[in-house]
Amino acid sequence: MTDLEHRTAGALAAPDDEAPGLPAHTWRPTDVDPKAEKRAERQVATLFVLSMVCVVLFIIAYFTIDIGDNHDTAAGLGASTLALGGTLGLALLFIGVGVIQWARKLMGDHEIVEMRHPAVSSDEDRERVIADLTAGAEESGIGRRPLLRNTMLGALGLVGITPIIALRDLGPLPGDSLMHTAWRAGMRVVVDVLGTPIRPEDLEFGTLVNCQPADIYALDEEGEPLYEGVDLHVAKAKASLIIVRMEPEAIIPGPGRENWSVDGIQGYSKICTHVGCPISLYERTTHHVLCPCHQSTFDLSDSAAVIFGPANRPLPQLPLAVDDEGYLIAQSDFTEPVGPSFWERDSS
Amino acid sequence: MSHLDTSKVADSNRGSAATAQKPSKVGAVANWADERLGLATAMKKQIRKVFPDHWSFMLGEVALWSFVVLLLTGVFLTLWFVPSMGEVTYQGSYDELRGVHVSEAFNSTMTISFDVRGGLLMRQMHHWSAMLFIAAMMVHLLRVFFTGAHRKPRELNWVIGCLLLLLGTLEGFTGYSLPDDLLSGTGIRAADGFMKSMPVVGTYMSFFLFGGEFPGEVIIPRLYIVHVLLIPGILLALIGAHMLLLVYHKHTQWPGPGRTEQNVVGFPLMPVYAAKAGGFFFIVFGVTALMGGLLSINPVWKYGPYDPSKVTAGSQPDWYMGWPDGALRIMPGWESHFLGYTLSWNVLLPIIVLPGLMFTILLMLPFVESFITGDKRNHHLLQRPRNAPTRTATMVALMTFYGLLWAAGGNDIIAITFDLSINQITYFMRVAVFVGPLIAFYITRRWCISLQRQDNEKLLHGYETGVIMRSPEGGYSEKHLPLPEATAHALASRAPDEQFTVESETDENGVVAPHSRKARLRAALSAKMYADNVQPPTAEELDEAHHHAEHEHQLQAPMDGVAADGHQFDDHHRAVEDDTLRH
Amino acid sequence: MRFLNRSAGRLSRHRRSKLAGLVLMLLALVGTGTVYSAFAPASAEQAETDAEMVAKGRELFLVGCSFCHGANGEGQQTKSGDALGPTLVGVGAAAVDFQVGTGRMPAAQPGQQIPSKRLAYSQEEIDALAAYVATLGPGPAIPTEEQYSTAGMTDEEREEAVVRGGQIFLTNCTACHNFEGSGGAMPEGGYAPKIRGVEPRHIYEAMLTGPQGMPTFSNGTMPPDAKRDVIAYLESLEANPGYGGFGMGGLGPVSEGLFAWILGIGSLVGFAVWIAAHTTRTQKAPAATTAVEEQA
Repeated sequence: MTDLEHRTAGALAAPDDEAPGLPAHTWRPTDVDPKAEKRAERQVATLFVLSMVCVVLFIIAYFTIDIGDNHDTAAGLGASTLALGGTLGLALLFIGVGVIQWARKLMGDHEIVEMRHPAVSSDEDRERVIADLTAGAEESGIGRRPLLRNTMLGALGLVGITPIIALRDLGPLPGDSLMHTAWRAGMRVVVDVLGTPIRPEDLEFGTLVNCQPADIYALDEEGEPLYEGVDLHVAKAKASLIIVRMEPEAIIPGPGRENWSVDGIQGYSKICTHVGCPISLYERTTHHVLCPCHQSTFDLSDSAAVIFGPANRPLPQLPLAVDDEGYLIAQSDFTEPVGPSFWERDSS
Repeated sequence: MSHLDTSKVADSNRGSAATAQKPSKVGAVANWADERLGLATAMKKQIRKVFPDHWSFMLGEVALWSFVVLLLTGVFLTLWFVPSMGEVTYQGSYDELRGVHVSEAFNSTMTISFDVRGGLLMRQMHHWSAMLFIAAMMVHLLRVFFTGAHRKPRELNWVIGCLLLLLGTLEGFTGYSLPDDLLSGTGIRAADGFMKSMPVVGTYMSFFLFGGEFPGEVIIPRLYIVHVLLIPGILLALIGAHMLLLVYHKHTQWPGPGRTEQNVVGFPLMPVYAAKAGGFFFIVFGVTALMGGLLSINPVWKYGPYDPSKVTAGSQPDWYMGWPDGALRIMPGWESHFLGYTLSWNVLLPIIVLPGLMFTILLMLPFVESFITGDKRNHHLLQRPRNAPTRTATMVALMTFYGLLWAAGGNDIIAITFDLSINQITYFMRVAVFVGPLIAFYITRRWCISLQRQDNEKLLHGYETGVIMRSPEGGYSEKHLPLPEATAHALASRAPDEQFTVESETDENGVVAPHSRKARLRAALSAKMYADNVQPPTAEELDEAHHHAEHEHQLQAPMDGVAADGHQFDDHHRAVEDDTLRH
Repeated sequence: MRFLNRSAGRLSRHRRSKLAGLVLMLLALVGTGTVYSAFAPASAEQAETDAEMVAKGRELFLVGCSFCHGANGEGQQTKSGDALGPTLVGVGAAAVDFQVGTGRMPAAQPGQQIPSKRLAYSQEEIDALAAYVATLGPGPAIPTEEQYSTAGMTDEEREEAVVRGGQIFLTNCTACHNFEGSGGAMPEGGYAPKIRGVEPRHIYEAMLTGPQGMPTFSNGTMPPDAKRDVIAYLESLEANPGYGGFGMGGLGPVSEGLFAWILGIGSLVGFAVWIAAHTTRTQKAPAATTAVEEQA
């Protein structure tokens, strides 16, 4: 016997030992003193009545306090939500506290004992069930007819594929849509929200502009926006751009990117290469841009190389130029897919 | 004719003549129902069912009642919410957005918030109770684990509970994404990034879920049906199963006088437990309503509609998704590029692999424990956490890991609140999530063992009364008095640890036992699990201690009858004149 | 006139010169001009005392700013080559008005980020400093009130300005400053500060001059009316009530989760402890002993 087993044999009281038994019941003041009992009753009744009062207040608040264009306020907060929430909350709380007080003070509080039963089924139940199942299986003949069993399983399994097949039209195949954005050669860069084109002279050193391709704000022949609704969001989710201007000497151009900037003005994708949040937390002094979602940091003076955080790839750079009217344009679309990484990304 | 024994037949069953009584209304209805449903048979065992009373048993109730509040407030919201991404121009009463293009979902959320009386209250109540639902499930999970209520026969209930936690988290995520506001839309954008990062099938999954390129126009209606139908249906079924098992197994209870593995001691369902549980429902509902009325949560009007080119600082998911977000933030930027393919470890590991691993560990905890201990008995009496040091330390280590990742998810808020650098916080967390749990494990384990020692001291030597005595020879000692019987019983009734040992690897003929390697592993783990644990005293040790105590009591006899005899806390105090000490 | 000077008018009419009216008018004009200049606002005098302001500004500059920024605002470096104070040539009066007007300058110590604190100079002194620094090189001027205020707009125009400002704000500013202007973290211990409760003029100047790490939103790409719209939006945010209740700091889900745990779970656990606690006990027994059932 190990030391532990020895201890088991000599333990003072196995949990099954009932000694010393349930403690003697002690009474509450409300059980022995009729005055205390009455007081507790009044207490509980008062709580319930208070709850009813709160409901009345709720109804009054609902019909008298305004929201919408003439929003009522109280103490700098929206009065309706405050009043309705406060009265409703108290109404419910008073009921709850009242019921609990009733249980604690007035309901019988003798502890009673109930015996447990083992979770396992009784032996006879088990035998009976096993016998029934066996009889049923026997009569079905599934054991004796493997051909039937196997073909049935095959049929059931195969029919289970049909709903999966039917889900094919959930969405289109990706194709190469992730490889392109709305940018085209010669497309003007415009300021987001305002829609105005940009001249290099408009930018000072240290400026950051949130931009979009001109098409986002363009109208078609009928005067309708080229992009609206879903298409607008889909386009913005890839084409959003940040334009930054810094001293030209500060820029370390990437290989083959010497002519991608104009007078120290560069354009980078606004969509983080980690999981796609838009980035524009630019530090003018360090030329670092930070993503607010997971803190990936990119150095915009060094082709947006990743210098901190969970992103792996630099932000794609948009090659910029100036058109003959002096406005900033894109030389072409991005030369790599924009946004988060995906399996097929390097194969473009 | 056989003689009929009528001695047991009562002469009369009443003192006075019986009179016919009209059947009561309630009785008539009950009769009608019972004739068709057999209600009495179904209810007979449940009406006076016993539930033990302890505050820590009510944590699961918080979750249950929060779920009911969610259902009620959720139905209210569905009466106004429009789950569509079709574009409309906002013309409601919130001036700052008038004329802006928003989706129908956002528009209807704004209508609920500003143009439906009580709408904003219901929205906020719904969101707060969602937070409470998941928080309560977690606290309940911790209570169950720390007290050993996950052991046989309740392992399946544990599994159901873990599934409830997982589904609740998903339900919350789909729910707060429905208004299509900037903050939750950013979260969906990140989720799209997670999906795209999955190898081989990532882009397909993304396109199938969004019906095309992100953001598409079907994600909100799809999330809506998951949120109001699919997951609630599964939740209801699982909650039903969870409750059914609870009713079948009966609730666990703390050891104490009169409480054994074979019984349940407590209060009857009707009326006490029903009143307490029902009252608690109203309290949970009331607290949620107060929070919904007083504390502003998810102010979507300030975020504005989702736009892929906009973002806010402090973009976090709701708290229960904070820990995977934290893992994502502290993960270094590792990707593999090969053969024209990209494998994003920086997203895959923290978002797909880690949560899957953690959830699996959580699910397997009862089974791993029963493997190591080899314990096949039913357990209905709870264990104090200190009496299972390794188990407690394991969970504390997991909590530390969880908590550090959770804090990492708020690293930018921590940075601006405490004037720190997000970079430093990230570097710290990268190390802390590995070192922290180890330290927590060690400290917790030693703490539990020292508490066990303290318990044993009390059992053997009594409790310290704070009364210092001086012997005639000049020595000082502190008077100890025996624990009250009930406490002593509860402490002593703890079963000693049973380590799993391998009987012998070979039998008498030299044949090696099958699965001997597994058994050896088991024995080694079991030894580690119980190493250094302090066992409860044996009967001999207790006898010896009592003898010793008797001797001491003789020495201390002159102290009896004095006000400061030290018996203030064990009901043995004999009142003395001018006795003003508190009992 | 008749009742004032009944007799005098008949006599003096013949004694007055033909130019009497003209002289009277000239006297009146000179008199009015003198009275006006005596009571006119100081700006009327600035044109003459600009040089005085610049001189005063230079004195203040030498005392309070030249240690870090150089005697002529050319910037100062430490021995190891780190920047102590950047050059102020070309930063303009707007930058000075912002930095000194929000208490950021003079900086208490160099560091990752200079926080705003108690003002060290009065507004006149700030104006003098601004005037001096403006002479160091051409730079953005302090905005006039029309540039940053919506006073004088009709309600409709103001509403349009607020809506447009909101969209500009959400596109350009919330990434750093948060949806409510509660501020946000930047790399290496920097931060975008809270912008609630900041004077409109200072907000304009910050956008224009890009203090510390903040990028400049030059008037070429964010014209003055766009800046004004952003300011109008921020003002409307501050004027709005907390529609849903207390804002808990305006920091988003992190503070919401904290409150859910501490207030929500905390209070509910508190209630649970109360519900399951032993009630008061008494030593007495009830008067009539009632049979107590104990179910086995």
